[in-house]
Amino acid sequence: MAAGHQVSGVRSERLSAQEIAENFADLHAPFDAHEAAVAADRCYFCFDAPCMTACPTSIDIPQFIREIQGGHAESAAKTILEQNILGGMCARVCPTETLCEEVCVREVAEGKPVEIGRLQRYATDMLMERDVHPFTRATATGKRVAVVGAGPAGLAAAHRLAVHGHEVTVYEAKAKAGGLNEFGIAAYKSTNDFAAREVEWLLQIGGISIEYGRGLGMGLTLEGLRSDFDAVFLSVGLQGVNALRAEGEGKDGVRDAVDFIAELRQAEDLTALPVGRNVVVIGGGMTAVDAAVQSKLLGAENVTIAYRRGRDAMGASRFEQDLAASKGVKLMFNVMPKAIHGNGSAVEIELEYTDVVDGRVTGTGETVRLAADQVMKAIGQTLEGQPEALALEGRKIKVSETGRTSVSGVWAGGDCASGGDDLTVTAVAEGRDAAEDIHASLIG
Amino acid sequence: MADLTTEFLGIKSPNPFWLASAPPTDKEYNVRRAFEAGWGGVVWKTLGAEGPPVVNVNGPRYGAIWGADRRLLGLNNIELITDRPLDVNLEEMTRVKKDYPDRALIASIMVPCEEAAWKAILPRVAETGCDGIELNFGCPHGMAERGMGSAVGQVPEYIQMVTEWCKQYYDKPVIVKLTPNITDIRHPARAAKAGNADAVSLINTINSITSVNLDAMSPEPMIGGKGTHGGYCGPAVKPIAMNMVAEIARDPQTAGLPISAIGGVTTWRDAAEFIALGAGNVQVCTAAMTYGFKVVEEMISGLSDWMDQKGYSSIEDFRGMAVPNVTDWQYLDLNYVTKAKISQDDCIKCGRCYAACEDTSHQAIAMSADRTFTVKDDECVACNLCVNVCPVEGCITMEEVAVGAVDERTGKVVSGEYGNWTQHPNNPAATAAE
Repeated sequence: MAAGHQVSGVRSERLSAQEIAENFADLHAPFDAHEAAVAADRCYFCFDAPCMTACPTSIDIPQFIREIQGGHAESAAKTILEQNILGGMCARVCPTETLCEEVCVREVAEGKPVEIGRLQRYATDMLMERDVHPFTRATATGKRVAVVGAGPAGLAAAHRLAVHGHEVTVYEAKAKAGGLNEFGIAAYKSTNDFAAREVEWLLQIGGISIEYGRGLGMGLTLEGLRSDFDAVFLSVGLQGVNALRAEGEGKDGVRDAVDFIAELRQAEDLTALPVGRNVVVIGGGMTAVDAAVQSKLLGAENVTIAYRRGRDAMGASRFEQDLAASKGVKLMFNVMPKAIHGNGSAVEIELEYTDVVDGRVTGTGETVRLAADQVMKAIGQTLEGQPEALALEGRKIKVSETGRTSVSGVWAGGDCASGGDDLTVTAVAEGRDAAEDIHASLIG
Repeated sequence: MADLTTEFLGIKSPNPFWLASAPPTDKEYNVRRAFEAGWGGVVWKTLGAEGPPVVNVNGPRYGAIWGADRRLLGLNNIELITDRPLDVNLEEMTRVKKDYPDRALIASIMVPCEEAAWKAILPRVAETGCDGIELNFGCPHGMAERGMGSAVGQVPEYIQMVTEWCKQYYDKPVIVKLTPNITDIRHPARAAKAGNADAVSLINTINSITSVNLDAMSPEPMIGGKGTHGGYCGPAVKPIAMNMVAEIARDPQTAGLPISAIGGVTTWRDAAEFIALGAGNVQVCTAAMTYGFKVVEEMISGLSDWMDQKGYSSIEDFRGMAVPNVTDWQYLDLNYVTKAKISQDDCIKCGRCYAACEDTSHQAIAMSADRTFTVKDDECVACNLCVNVCPVEGCITMEEVAVGAVDERTGKVVSGEYGNWTQHPNNPAATAAE
């Protein structure tokens, strides 16, 4: 018998296995062939299409949809994957509502865009289900490239480098590749172990070896890599988590949202994953939404996202906000954490209302207390442990448009590098573009 | 509400929508359902001569092409005339006509080109009480190989000959159904008239192969690895049918000959267009085969509403009104100047007009960095392609350049004077305008 919503404290087995399975099913069920045909028929094949311009990886969207219309989804998949080797994952996790679909002319005309994301998933799934890898390697160049970090940027770079005939060694600190595709992102966006299957499929190109449990500071140094390889690509992500700077932050029941999500993604049995009765998530980005919604899906009774600015400033898209609301998550705006109360374990959180004056958040002095036996921090991640030789821009590794760092022979991309929107799709674009630049410099 | 009652060749029907001779009208069961659904008349599926009936293939009979969302645009068939005994059909027709005296019932007939064959069947058809006959000189598949159907319709002398026999041995209206599989529809129509036909109906289906099976390398519909040409119909053929109807309506030799129009009628508007081109009624098949008999309801309500809006109380009020405006190219006014105009309020910025104009036409549409599309009047030849490819109806319009204004493309002032090719200085055969 499941424990239910109303048992206080952070505990497992709030819901039955069946309820959990239903809650964590695919957010957008895949199209079947008929649905894909109907959806594809809506595309107008625009000239210089706005959707393509909006795509960070510049996928030729009208072309791939026309290929679906023409009944050859595998050509469509190749069109997608040529630009974005993680097109399967991006089809699942891209905030299409703020990218391609936002600018679809049918969104403008009818308020209902062509469902580009789901069509992309249809095409890439068709190809991957047949276990076809449509790319082949160029003649071996004899050049060796090190990639540090097997997240979206690193995998995209490694694949493109392998296509060009280079030998790639990927170093991954964790025991699994995929980065945030594997350890971040809500489970209902990457069902059936898709992230791992995609990595396996990607590696079919050949020429890529992955060494797990190794990274900068874990047996590797930048200098060592520079001397052992012809080029180095850093895609180490963001390891640090920002602090709340609220009283009581050290109490039991307070944790980082990214850790919660990673634990959830790796859990063998979600019913065994503990979650609070009253969960408060601090933050306003996708991580906050993913943590909040999944807490609710695990059986938390009350879940609140507390964000210190207004709705418009929220990093999570309106679609994500509405998704959270539809699952019963309460969204609070213009509140910031002041203190977490409880005797050893969190029981309540005290929030202070805010004003935003000249872009700066200030407390109004008025506070409110919410029951909170679990508090999750989703207020951003920071670069940690980067080699000192690298120049920074803001709090990230400074890179050129093609990913060159301040150190010769070293490129960087993904969340650890400057620029980009910290999305899977921008990471893929950065990895791909850096790989092209590395290739040009190695061959040129 | 407008009165849709139609009197065609003296045959009254409550509306101008008849079901064409085709699979939907092969049996009493279907025809009763059609009449219950509101169809004004039915041309019964073509009867053959007494004796063992024809046989149909036992594989697929239909092929199709589709538009977006699998909307059926064109259908072809290789079905022959009725494969049921003549007696059965005649008995059923008799019963149906008796039960639906207010609806038109026409017998379609196809027997060999021999006087005896026609002489034998016509009295039996007359006994059913049906309102008239339609001579099937149209079907282009199967029966044509046996010297019937379009094989007759392609030889004006045969058309006249058989029509004369029918007029001799049958005393109710005789409609001659024409095949479009000819070079000039006026000749078979003139032959029908010469044979004293009361009317022509057109078009029958067009010879076609709708698809090729690329695995079996066979035309479709595929029968055991082989295919044959079939008769094409549906919305895709309407433009062809309208031209042929118009040609007969405006040909001095056939002008005034009643026409029952057939070819892709799917909505009320299609029917109104045919009637404007002179048709006295329309026959429908593919729309019913695609959507069922209920489609007639929209045809009735749509035509009626439009007639009310226009103040027409009967279809005779607007029948043939477009015929005088069908002319030859050489008489089109070369001094009539229009320019495309894009409504920025309606534009959804898809850029299809730009791609079409820039790649395939006259480079007369400009595209700005923010995807604003505007027509360059100094390049626009008013071809209308942008209008046709725009997904938003009414977004791009062709605007007349006023008399006295300058056509920026040619630099000439629009004179407002009519001037056609026969008068144009570039025409070596031009006649002086004075």
